[in-house]
Amino acid sequence: MKKPIAGGAGSAAPVEVALPHSGTSQRRALTGLLENERFLAFVLLAPTVLLLGLFIAYPFVMGVWFSLSDISVGNPAHFVGLRNFVKAWNDSIFRTAFWNTSFYTFWATIFKLALGMWLALLLNRHFRGKRIVRASMLLPFIVPTVLSTFAWRWMFDPTFSVLNWTLYKTGFIVAKLPFLSNGDWALWCAIAVNTWRGMPFFAITLLAGLQTINTDLHEAASLDGANGWKRFWHVTWPLLKPVTVVVVVFSIIQTFSDFQLIYVLTGGGPANSTHLLATYAYQIGVATGLLGEGAAISLCMLPVLFIVVWIQLRYLRRLEGA
Amino acid sequence: MAQVMMKDLNKKYDEVHAVKDVNLHIRDKEFIVLVGPSGCGKSTTLRMVAGLEEITAGEITIGDRVVNDLPPKDRDIAMVFQNYALYPHMTVYDNMAFGLKMRKFPKTEIAKRVGEAAEILGIQELLKRKPRQLSGGQRQRVAVGRAIVRHPQVFLFDEPLSNLDAKLRVQMRVELKRLHDRLETTAIYVTHDQVEAMTLGDRVVVMKDGWIQQVGEPLELYGRPANRFVAGFIGSPSMNFVEMTIAETNGALWADTPGIRVKVPPASAARLGPYKGQRLTLGIRPEDLRVATGSDPADYSFDTVVDVVEPLGSEILLDVKAGSNVMVARVDPTVRAKLHDKMRLSLHPERVHFFDLKTELAI
Ligand SMILES: Nc1ncnc2c1ncn2[C@@H]1O[C@H](COP(=O)(O)OP(=O)(O)OP(=O)(O)O)[C@@H](O)[C@H]1O
Ligand SMILES: [Mg+2]
Repeated sequence: MKKPIAGGAGSAAPVEVALPHSGTSQRRALTGLLENERFLAFVLLAPTVLLLGLFIAYPFVMGVWFSLSDISVGNPAHFVGLRNFVKAWNDSIFRTAFWNTSFYTFWATIFKLALGMWLALLLNRHFRGKRIVRASMLLPFIVPTVLSTFAWRWMFDPTFSVLNWTLYKTGFIVAKLPFLSNGDWALWCAIAVNTWRGMPFFAITLLAGLQTINTDLHEAASLDGANGWKRFWHVTWPLLKPVTVVVVVFSIIQTFSDFQLIYVLTGGGPANSTHLLATYAYQIGVATGLLGEGAAISLCMLPVLFIVVWIQLRYLRRLEGA
Repeated sequence: MAQVMMKDLNKKYDEVHAVKDVNLHIRDKEFIVLVGPSGCGKSTTLRMVAGLEEITAGEITIGDRVVNDLPPKDRDIAMVFQNYALYPHMTVYDNMAFGLKMRKFPKTEIAKRVGEAAEILGIQELLKRKPRQLSGGQRQRVAVGRAIVRHPQVFLFDEPLSNLDAKLRVQMRVELKRLHDRLETTAIYVTHDQVEAMTLGDRVVVMKDGWIQQVGEPLELYGRPANRFVAGFIGSPSMNFVEMTIAETNGALWADTPGIRVKVPPASAARLGPYKGQRLTLGIRPEDLRVATGSDPADYSFDTVVDVVEPLGSEILLDVKAGSNVMVARVDPTVRAKLHDKMRLSLHPERVHFFDLKTELAI
């Protein structure tokens, strides 16, 4: 009785086994290897891991090393422990920058969320010219930040401010407003510009979220006796929350590490009063050349952002679990 | 408890005239069903009653109030949507309680009403779940529960059973009927399924292209359809239509077409007088045809050839050809019929319908 048994070489019974061709055996070995999930995973992940390692992990590790050293432009690094961090902590400009960053992030995010939500709700209705409004709304988002911020800077300019001129001519003010020449004013101006620039992203994302909410739910709620505000609060908002959390976190990360806008609008001035962590780190690390101290300052952003992301992940996981 | 009146109701979208001159008086406690093919304006009519669509022209009265300008929440109605429209982030309890909360009912009253509704519908165990954790049938019950806790004046249903599988649909149909008998609330029910319409409705409204075709009790629609459309729409399989010529022979009227020649039943003869020498449409339901036996009068019988045999178990559907006319006959399961068999069929003389060729109205 002949019975072809695959891989029957080790069996004692005298069975004829057709020996596979050597060419097919190679190919079979390769397919076998590719069917091995661990090997396949390794092959597929390797390029990504390599790239991430090269462009993210390496700079990050170097940044951490710099922050613990006394490296500066032209001088080699020596390990100095936490001295850079202690120095930053005792530096009043650093504290101002840290406070500014939090203040700037907090208010800009609130305004972006509120106005973005309002715009999204508006655009979710049907009206004439909706497409044009939707397209033009994206404008602040697609114009390069440096360019648009220059335009804003001109509008806030101490001498040539269009805003001052308009308000003055229409009789709302009698003296020029110190848009960028007063530290507090300047920070609020930066918040305004950031809001203007970031709102479209909120609006578009929230609009996409709104469009996934079935209109039947609103109709059911209106039959259930809910007016416009209650429908928003009891139906729209809870269903939009996952999307909202994601955009808010995204925006916090972007705003907290913002650089371009302040760099162009105020350059950190007047008198270092509008520095954010990023611009201050740049000023110390690159402009002054104290790379170690600059690295330490920018690393201070990390724990804050880490906490934000952690809270978001936890929240989203809870939503999924519920 | 309330009656609903629609007077010269019209709805125009930009290009579509969806509802045309609808006049309807729905009596207190009545279960009325709007039925018709897709796009005939049933949902639009219902949504105008709910206040979800603006009324282009005409008037809707609920109870004794004209509601044209009342927002949905003030109309004292509850609606069950086709996809249930349960709030996905709320538990079953909260879904049912939402309408009462919005109307500021005290907590104890809300709990009592939700409890009652849950008991009626047999969903007490589900109250803590979210809609996503329910089966289609359970969601359906919750949607109905959300409507009944409010004790509204009118229930509106927009194809509430169409997302269920066939078996569950039959079961829920029975339950809805029982529920209506128990609650006695006026109900308007939209469906495109004529079986649902016939079994649920106290009266049925057949619509087509935005027009009401006929309003009547189910058996009235079945037995005396007002026009060819209603005749074909109600009943399954639908009525057979044959175009025939009316001619007088020996003082009696005969309907004639190649392959079929039958006498006009005496009951219809008087009405058909004016059609002498003209063409019209004869309609006969599949169940009103039977295999002819020796005792059947020859005047109402004709020869056919079997084209398709569809045994359904309790009955057999025979697709037959008489000349070039195709017909379906619903016959006893004991009938032995094979493809291409010759078969003599006999029609039930009292159940023959005639329709005008142009107006399609029943004669
Ligand atoms: N929002 C709208 N804008 C424009 N036309 C509409 C709108 N809603 C419905 N229509 C049109 O009005 C007509 C009636 O629609 P309706 O929804 O009342 O049909 P229906 O009888 O409920 O059909 P179905 O059984 O498919 O639900 C259709 O021709 C439809 O295309
Ligand atoms: Mg519909």
